[in-house]
Amino acid sequence: MDQPDDSVIVAHNLTKIYKMGEVEVHALRGLSLKITRGDVVAIMGPSGSGKSTLMNIIGCLDRPSSGEYILDGERVSDLTDDQLASIRNKKVGFVFQSFNLLPRASALDNVELPMRYTPGLRTRKARAQAALDAVGLSDRMTHRPNELSGGQQQRVAIARALVNEPAIILADEPTGNLDSKSGAEIIELLLSLNRERGTTLILVTHDPGVAAHSRRIIQIRDGVVVEE
Amino acid sequence: MNLFQSIIEALESLSSNKLRSGLTILGIVIGVAAVIAMISIGRGAEATITDSIQGIGTNLLFVFRSRSDEVRNPKPITLGDADAIADPFLAPSVVGVAPIIEGNGEITFGGESHSTSISGVTPDYSSVRNYDVAEGSFISEEHMLGQASVVLLGPAVADELFGRREGLVGEDVRIEGQPFRVIGILESKGGSGFSNEDDQVLVPLTTAQTRLVRQSTRDRVDLILVQAISPDAVPQASEEIAQILRNRHRTAIGSDDFTILTQQNFLETASTITNVLTIFLGGIAAISLLVGGIGIMNIMLVSVTERTREIGLRKALGAHKKDILVQFLTESSVLSLIGGVVGILLGWVISLVVGRIAEANNAAIDPRIGLDVVLIATLFSTAVGLFFGLYPANRAASLEPVEALRYE
Repeated sequence: MDQPDDSVIVAHNLTKIYKMGEVEVHALRGLSLKITRGDVVAIMGPSGSGKSTLMNIIGCLDRPSSGEYILDGERVSDLTDDQLASIRNKKVGFVFQSFNLLPRASALDNVELPMRYTPGLRTRKARAQAALDAVGLSDRMTHRPNELSGGQQQRVAIARALVNEPAIILADEPTGNLDSKSGAEIIELLLSLNRERGTTLILVTHDPGVAAHSRRIIQIRDGVVVEE
Repeated sequence: MNLFQSIIEALESLSSNKLRSGLTILGIVIGVAAVIAMISIGRGAEATITDSIQGIGTNLLFVFRSRSDEVRNPKPITLGDADAIADPFLAPSVVGVAPIIEGNGEITFGGESHSTSISGVTPDYSSVRNYDVAEGSFISEEHMLGQASVVLLGPAVADELFGRREGLVGEDVRIEGQPFRVIGILESKGGSGFSNEDDQVLVPLTTAQTRLVRQSTRDRVDLILVQAISPDAVPQASEEIAQILRNRHRTAIGSDDFTILTQQNFLETASTITNVLTIFLGGIAAISLLVGGIGIMNIMLVSVTERTREIGLRKALGAHKKDILVQFLTESSVLSLIGGVVGILLGWVISLVVGRIAEANNAAIDPRIGLDVVLIATLFSTAVGLFFGLYPANRAASLEPVEALRYE
């Protein structure tokens, strides 16, 4: 399949079928999608629309049942588990609704975590500090998650997502657990990272307010894209 | 992730739940300590028994009657047999012969009475057994000829009757109601696992025959101790004695009515028994180590379930299956390794304490903790950690990242 240079994500005719006992659930029904490098995209849709499934496939956490998926020039639809893990490590930065920080580790250690799984990386600590700097937490490096506010925790998570300089940052309801003020700050932080570094930002959200910040909104229903 | 980093991370994670980790380690500690203590005590007992067998004398052979159905007319071992074995022309490999009659009796002095074993022995007993008196003199040929009423007391008997071990020569005691004069006190050989050699009295063989131990045949003895001229001559001496006894007892070859055992036979038998005992005890102890291992597996399974989200996160951030596997295996191995080290120390302490208790009870067991036991215990406990950690770790490593992240 021909792929223009400015597309970081090319998905073609993706399907995903879950087997729940006897019943087959079609989560994706031939979904096709292209996302340009450096874009800010919101993926919206009601629950059960296949939104989470699409996000898992985009994030290389899962494989499509059929179809083709190319992330940053690499065809990932038929890689092994370990190859997928390496792709996630290098090309995808995750930001979760519930932050998912290790409770016992300091902010710095949490940010270092992805680099532990990157073979041959030497300057982990410096890079982790730089990432925390970039999210404005240089004075909170030794704090543990329970000593940080929700907004600060999400900043640590964002620092962790960008520390390996991924091609895309995939944020799943990043403001869902935050009050509106810190939510707005987080969205602003993500947008500024997109502006300064050109990292492609994919927001998965219910919240039209969040989606309004994006340049492009993709609506999903019943496993296909219904509206752009 | 390198190994050092994994170990640090494992320690951090284990220290986050100290009580649980501590209890899991305790299971391994008990297992390893039991194995170490049992094996070292077993080996100590073996060494004690070996020493006490070697303490009986040197190059000894034991000749006694055997009851075999194959022999039609079995004859007892007699003084005549002993004399024949002592003949240097018939048995050139033999230097000393000591026939013995054994019995039990009540020995009294004043109001004190003590039940002990009575052996009738000849003057040669002293040299064959390498057994001397601490005070007084040993039984002489004159005592033998005169069937003298004289007795040598073991130190334990002296303690029982007189409350002391010195200045007893010339005292009169009664054995089975008959008066005997004390001519000496035997030197102390110390108690051993089998029997207490200090708790016995020696009388002249002839005296025992006629007055103390009832015999069906007058000439009969219970045991002949034979000393060979050198360790190498023991098999030769055994052959010579067998030849003499076969001639005297007129038995066909292959159906002897006597048994000749060498000290070596006893040593082999004893070490076989103690080895079996050590393996048996060690085996029981190993079961507790196994239980400790199951404890590790249990706690690791709980830990995997608790940390499902963490595992999912690590996988999302790029951890390979192998990384997760190593992480959890390191944790279980660290648990069992700590348990192993503490267990070795505890086992060492236990065996020391048991040694002290045994010493206080006059049964000297000197527990021996060999480096091999320590190494085996360490290896074994780590292997237990690895083995029982493998299933939970594999379970963690096989989690699907999507499912694991969604886990509540």
